[in-house]
Amino acid sequence: MLVIPCPYCGPRDEHEFSYAREGHIARPTNAEQISDADWAQDLFMRKNPKGVHYERWMHAKGCRRYFNVARDTVTHEIYAVYEMGQPAPDVKKESGR
Amino acid sequence: MVETYQRRTALAHLGLVGRAAAGKGGAGVVMSEAGHRTIINIRGNAQDPAFAAAVKSATGVDLPAKANTVAGTGARQILWLGPNEWWVTGADGEADALVEALRGAFTGQHATACDVSESRAVLSLKGPKTREVLARGVSLDLHPKVFGIGQCAQTGLSRCNVLLHQVGEGPHFEIYVLKSFSDYLWRWLEQIAGDFDLGIEA
Amino acid sequence: MSNQANRLGTGGRIDRSKPLRFTFDGKSYYGYQGDTLASALLANGVVLVGRSFKYHRPRGILSAGAEEPNALIQLGTGNRTEPNLRATQIELYDGLVAESQNRWPSLANDMGAVNSLFHRLFPSGFYYKTFMWPKSFWMKYELIIRRMAGLGKSPTEPDPDRYDKLYAHCDALVVGSGPAGLAAALAAGRAGARVILVDEQQEFGGSLLHDRQAVIDGKPAADWVASAVAELAAMPEVTLLPRTVAFAYYDHNAVSCMERVTDHLAPNSPDFAKQPRQRLWRIRAKDIILATGAIERPLVYLDNDRPGCMLASAAQTFVNRYGAMPGKRAVVMTNNDSAYRAALDLADAGVAVPAIVDLREDPQGELVAAAKQRGIDVLAGHAVTRVSGKLAVSGVEVMRLSPDAKAVNGPARSISCDLVMSSSGWQPTVHLFSQSRGKLRWEPGILAFVPDKQLPGQNSHSVGAAAGIFNTDACLADGHAAGAMAANAAGCTGSSGDAPTASSEPAAGDLRAVWYVPSSAPVGRQGKHFIDYQNDVTAADVMLAHREGYRSVEHLKRYTTMGMATDQGKTSNVNALALMAELRGVSVPEVGTTTFRPPYTPVTIGAFSGIDKGDFLDPIRKTPLHSWHEQHGAPFETVGQWHRAWYYPKPGESMHDAVNREVKAVRTSVGIVDASTLGKIDIQGPDAAWFLNMVYTNAWSKLEPGKCRYGLMLGEDGMVMDDGVTSRISENHFHMTTTTGGAARVMAWLEDWLQCEWLDKKVYLTSVTEQWAVIGVSGPLASKLMAEVAPELPLDDATFPHLSFRDGVVAGVNSRIYRITFTGEATYEINVAPSYAMHVWRALMQAGEKYGITPYGTEAMHVLRAEKGFIIVGQETDGTTTPQDLGMDWIVSKQKPDFLGKRSLQRSDTGRPDRKHLVGLLTDNPNEVLPEGAQIVAELKDKPPMEMIGHVTSSYWSPNCGRSIAMALVKNGRNRHGETVYMPYDGKVVRAKIGAPKFLD
Repeated sequence: MLVIPCPYCGPRDEHEFSYAREGHIARPTNAEQISDADWAQDLFMRKNPKGVHYERWMHAKGCRRYFNVARDTVTHEIYAVYEMGQPAPDVKKESGR
Repeated sequence: MVETYQRRTALAHLGLVGRAAAGKGGAGVVMSEAGHRTIINIRGNAQDPAFAAAVKSATGVDLPAKANTVAGTGARQILWLGPNEWWVTGADGEADALVEALRGAFTGQHATACDVSESRAVLSLKGPKTREVLARGVSLDLHPKVFGIGQCAQTGLSRCNVLLHQVGEGPHFEIYVLKSFSDYLWRWLEQIAGDFDLGIEA
Repeated sequence: MSNQANRLGTGGRIDRSKPLRFTFDGKSYYGYQGDTLASALLANGVVLVGRSFKYHRPRGILSAGAEEPNALIQLGTGNRTEPNLRATQIELYDGLVAESQNRWPSLANDMGAVNSLFHRLFPSGFYYKTFMWPKSFWMKYELIIRRMAGLGKSPTEPDPDRYDKLYAHCDALVVGSGPAGLAAALAAGRAGARVILVDEQQEFGGSLLHDRQAVIDGKPAADWVASAVAELAAMPEVTLLPRTVAFAYYDHNAVSCMERVTDHLAPNSPDFAKQPRQRLWRIRAKDIILATGAIERPLVYLDNDRPGCMLASAAQTFVNRYGAMPGKRAVVMTNNDSAYRAALDLADAGVAVPAIVDLREDPQGELVAAAKQRGIDVLAGHAVTRVSGKLAVSGVEVMRLSPDAKAVNGPARSISCDLVMSSSGWQPTVHLFSQSRGKLRWEPGILAFVPDKQLPGQNSHSVGAAAGIFNTDACLADGHAAGAMAANAAGCTGSSGDAPTASSEPAAGDLRAVWYVPSSAPVGRQGKHFIDYQNDVTAADVMLAHREGYRSVEHLKRYTTMGMATDQGKTSNVNALALMAELRGVSVPEVGTTTFRPPYTPVTIGAFSGIDKGDFLDPIRKTPLHSWHEQHGAPFETVGQWHRAWYYPKPGESMHDAVNREVKAVRTSVGIVDASTLGKIDIQGPDAAWFLNMVYTNAWSKLEPGKCRYGLMLGEDGMVMDDGVTSRISENHFHMTTTTGGAARVMAWLEDWLQCEWLDKKVYLTSVTEQWAVIGVSGPLASKLMAEVAPELPLDDATFPHLSFRDGVVAGVNSRIYRITFTGEATYEINVAPSYAMHVWRALMQAGEKYGITPYGTEAMHVLRAEKGFIIVGQETDGTTTPQDLGMDWIVSKQKPDFLGKRSLQRSDTGRPDRKHLVGLLTDNPNEVLPEGAQIVAELKDKPPMEMIGHVTSSYWSPNCGRSIAMALVKNGRNRHGETVYMPYDGKVVRAKIGAPKFLD
């Protein structure tokens, strides 16, 4: 049971949140020009890294805001939480890992 | 308009008035259903002084900027829900006027008001064992040093989404919950509170 | 009470003034308040308590605590019976009924023991080698094996007891209350920290409860414990939880504990029913101090499982703490000093100790000298090579150990005894630390794993014996320091005071690693060297695994089942790993450590569920009209968490009758339905229309205020996700409705796009599902009824046309009335405040009586919409269905530059001509109602496989059509109208004709 620090409400138990999806994937603005294969890639294929993962959560039982989480998929360490629209921090560099 | 006695609170079917009259227990925790009240959901940019000013002018209460806090007194309070979302409360029947006042004050801004008064039931729990009862269903730390009077939080209680507000000493908590869940939540709390000398008030 | 043959006259922490009667396998005994079942049995001279899992070997009590692998007991009777409980942890109460397990017909004469004769047929990997062929037979074998190898019996009646669970928070959670744990709790508590102290035993004190030597702060250990507990109990921020096992350590410092609240009480005692039976604590702690102590390892010698073979410290505990003698004449075998203390304590209590067999060549030190002085024969460099006696130990054979400890030689000496105490050293109880995914380190000085590096995000401190510190004074200091640190880290400013200090102890001598004590016979012959008692894994099994190449810890474990019983190998893991290391010629850590997983000891399902069972299993959402439906006999259909009225049977009516009546009423007069559960979302902002254009397939910009429009919502994959009617309240204000089941999903979906993708768009959403109760009035007479209850409302189609809404007063209540239809008949959806919903509903029922107003439920609603060919998302669609598949191309805008799902509709796959299309099906036999989900074939064969071209999505009896109707998704179905298809099911074949998915105009 993780403790996720909601950037708005503060630290809360994992059960208050719902996982949304991998972060920092912008919706293509030129979808019409993209091939079927590339569109499928954009739509369906996701990273599944061992280590830092930049992902999106929603505080479902709290403020209902979406936000970004940089989480280690091995240790569940949460390196950073940050608001939507902010760039992904280089947590490896910042935490010296 | 129809007579107000035709109006029913969410838990009217539980016969709480009769049970309260039987007057048993209550040394540990006292449960009741608060009556109808006005709740207006407002959205806007907290960083925009014009928005805060508009809210203040329409409600007479300062917008609480701090997370999980409540401003105001009595019926008229503003509860923090999120970074751009609050509830303005008022006495029963004030909803239309409040929405109008807020929308008027919001003219020219991207800010909205939406009446949600009828969507929530408000349960009241007070007494020395209240925290013990709530700990059965709330994962938040409600220790008085951590969660005090004037604080609120949207969280889960049992399997329901709620807004929890410590309104006073005792301690005294109010629980806002969607009406459809209120029957379940009341019965769930009542079963728990049965171990803590439960009393019921109308 | 008399007749407890092996009860000491004095001493121990039992209350001899409170005798308790209990039965074991039907025979009556007495014990005392403070006894465990194990100590009471031993006090009565009962040493045979169970049969082993695989070989049905007679077994006795090995330990005095949670690690017990042998003495597994069926406790209680009837609906309270519970299997596989450890006798060493069952507190005795008056009237306790216990039975041994895994034996038939009786413990002393067990038929299953024939397994023992065929032990050569049951080597490790036995199941894999024998029963996996032929593959299909495994299920049959399994059944028989389970019966033979079964442990206790589950109750067959529902659990009569109640359970409790709660969340808790603290600065320091202290697990274990031995010297380190108590010192930690005191240091943290004194400083003002919020402390929770848990201990699995009924009394705090841990090892101090059987320590006769230690003097702490000038007091005998037990007195110091009492004063420490009293001091802690007086601290308002300290919670003391005895009888509470911390069984799981999860991510981010979450620990789950189970408190046995009334398990120590007789079920018929007055206090039993006053409280829940057990309580689950879900604790989030800033710091977790693991003072979980250490578990003694048994030595692996020939027939070391005979009843009467016991851990040295267990024998010491039974004597010192419970005044129960596990035997009258004890031989001790050890590779370390601690067993000497145990031997001396037993000797002091009057147990004869003829010999201490020390595997070490030249043991020295105070304790060794003291033993010799007591006249105990210290046989250095010797080993116990044989245990005689079957149902109880009757003696041992001792031989000289070779210098490399690989063999024994010289003459065998027989010593008669009824107790063999062994010690192979101590393994710190690292289970919780390991569960927290902390790494262990091998400490050669104590031949044990100790906690090393912990995972980031976890914050625990292992102290005392749990960290490999075995000196009481050092444990006190270690615990004190950790407690003070935890308080300090939590910002507490009070003083932790001085660390308690203990009297000096003899320095501990070195251990000798002898992981397999040889006997004169080759391994595996003339007896067994047990390592894992509970799963019957022997040294020979480990050697076989080694020979067959299963040498890593993970292979060893799975091949032999070592450590996989409910005791999780508490007494066996290190012995097995170390033996494997020796066989491989590598160090123990090179073989690896097993991963400990929750729970530390088994936890009841009841504790996990708490009160959340039956009615409380999941919330039941009720509409404001629920009690009316209930009063009118409606059964409820579950839709998500909602309970919706299904139909309203009149006396004597079947469901079929009721639904037919309701469906006909809507087509001929007027029906009334509770549609409050529909999802509703308030959408405001200057970009609201733009937003709707993006999330729906059709166009919204030109919708006039006061008007409504049906919309279809797609996922980005182009598949239908939800549908509903959205109305324009004003230029920048819309009211969206969603399906009942999709409400939460749609809200999250819309918020996702606004919050994550379109941050610059000015739109705010608010869920108003429950701000409005919705009462649908539908049918040819609906407008007549409305004219009566809403006299001021214009009802003519010109001023209040279909797909528009008006604000008005209905039955005296301010309402918003929508003209939209899901039945195909003229419908008014009256939206009112829930607090007035009952009033309005009743007013409509009263006014509608003369028109034959008929309340209808979800079933009739489904029939009505199917007659008209209206889809239900989730029924006609399944996440692979496009608007085109549904024949709803008309709702997909060709003009809009973009909307969610648009690009995917152009994928080659979504454009495929042979996709499944929605069609209508009319069975050749009009009375045949197809089952929903029935598979459809075009070409009928004698037997499967047949090519399946689709399935039935909806199917009903339509009273208005006078026949069955069905909808289906069929490959290329739109181009197959008129074709006959077949649905083979239930041993028959139903024929039907494909047509348009609409049955009534």
